[in-house]
Amino acid sequence: MKRWNFTPYHQQIDEGLAILGTPLPEHDTQWPEWEVFVQAKRGGPHVNVGAVHAPDPEMALLLAKENFIRREPCVNLWIVNTEDIHATASEDDALFQYTFDRTYRNTTGFKLDKPTAE
Amino acid sequence: MTDQQTTALSTMLLCLADDEYIIGHRMSEWTGQGPIIEEDIAFSSMAQDELGHALGFYTLLHELGADDPDTLVFTRDASAYRNSIFTEQPRGDYAWSMMRQFLYDGAETERLGALATSAFEPLRDLAVRMLQEERYHWMHNATFVRRLALGTEESRLRMQSALTEAFPFALGLFEPYDGEELLVAAGIAPAEDHLRRRWLDRMCPLLEEYGLKVPAHRDGDNWRVDAAPVLGGRQGRHTEHLLGILDAMHVLRSADPDAVNW
Repeated sequence: MKRWNFTPYHQQIDEGLAILGTPLPEHDTQWPEWEVFVQAKRGGPHVNVGAVHAPDPEMALLLAKENFIRREPCVNLWIVNTEDIHATASEDDALFQYTFDRTYRNTTGFKLDKPTAE
Repeated sequence: MTDQQTTALSTMLLCLADDEYIIGHRMSEWTGQGPIIEEDIAFSSMAQDELGHALGFYTLLHELGADDPDTLVFTRDASAYRNSIFTEQPRGDYAWSMMRQFLYDGAETERLGALATSAFEPLRDLAVRMLQEERYHWMHNATFVRRLALGTEESRLRMQSALTEAFPFALGLFEPYDGEELLVAAGIAPAEDHLRRRWLDRMCPLLEEYGLKVPAHRDGDNWRVDAAPVLGGRQGRHTEHLLGILDAMHVLRSADPDAVNW
């Protein structure tokens, strides 16, 4: 069996190819992208904090943990394939703009008495 | 604790602290050079965990009367280091580094699990806290090793080479140290031989499940090792690779011993 020496990774790729004697298929390291959602406390919302590249959900969770919550509080992690997220067009933000006074929809007009402490 | 027990405990803590410190340093050599950015960050983060564990052990050692952690780390010669030769070996390719972590963290998990019932309370508390981080290390390493071992022909070949090469070195993690029997008798630390057996029981079946050839075979209920362990580290005998690490670490301290604000 061929013994490999301690050499940096990139120098061994040619060596590996030579050992196998057959050309390897093209490497595609551009893995799917997964959105990462962190729940800071139980019952709270899962908040999107960024994305990781990973070949599948198991690896995405594994890498998301160490990439996004090294210091931050977290009780639960979600990952979602970025392609599974459906969104409105970013340039179409006019969809959400208000052109009429909507204050009547707000509940600011209601006066709520604070409960008195016993 | 008797004086002899304290001396033995100090020796053991130095072994464990130096292991964590040196392997943490080796891991950090991948920072900025990992195979993918997400893994680069994860691996670097685990390197910091190991350095944190080293600090925990060095601090406990200091409380038992040794020098402070900075002095221990920055002023000792190679012969005063007690890390296993395994941890000082160069990082190799990523397969080698990953296999080393897998074998090392497997051993650490067994060791900390045993220390979590130590008769010496400060060590027990430290072990329990470290185990918490080791859970992720174990998940991470096992996932990578499994996938690479069962992946492509190239990745399997690399993992097998790494295992064959790393295994005899890894056995050096269980090299006896001076005073071990005193600590075992007092219930302060587990016997190295016991840990080695637990480690073989944990690692060998898994590695076989991943399709790798382990340099060991089953003999009844036990695993018998077919490779000669690489020993010496616990007695201060090291390879030239440790010198390289210490040179790199000591250069600033030697240039300006009082450089504390930087």
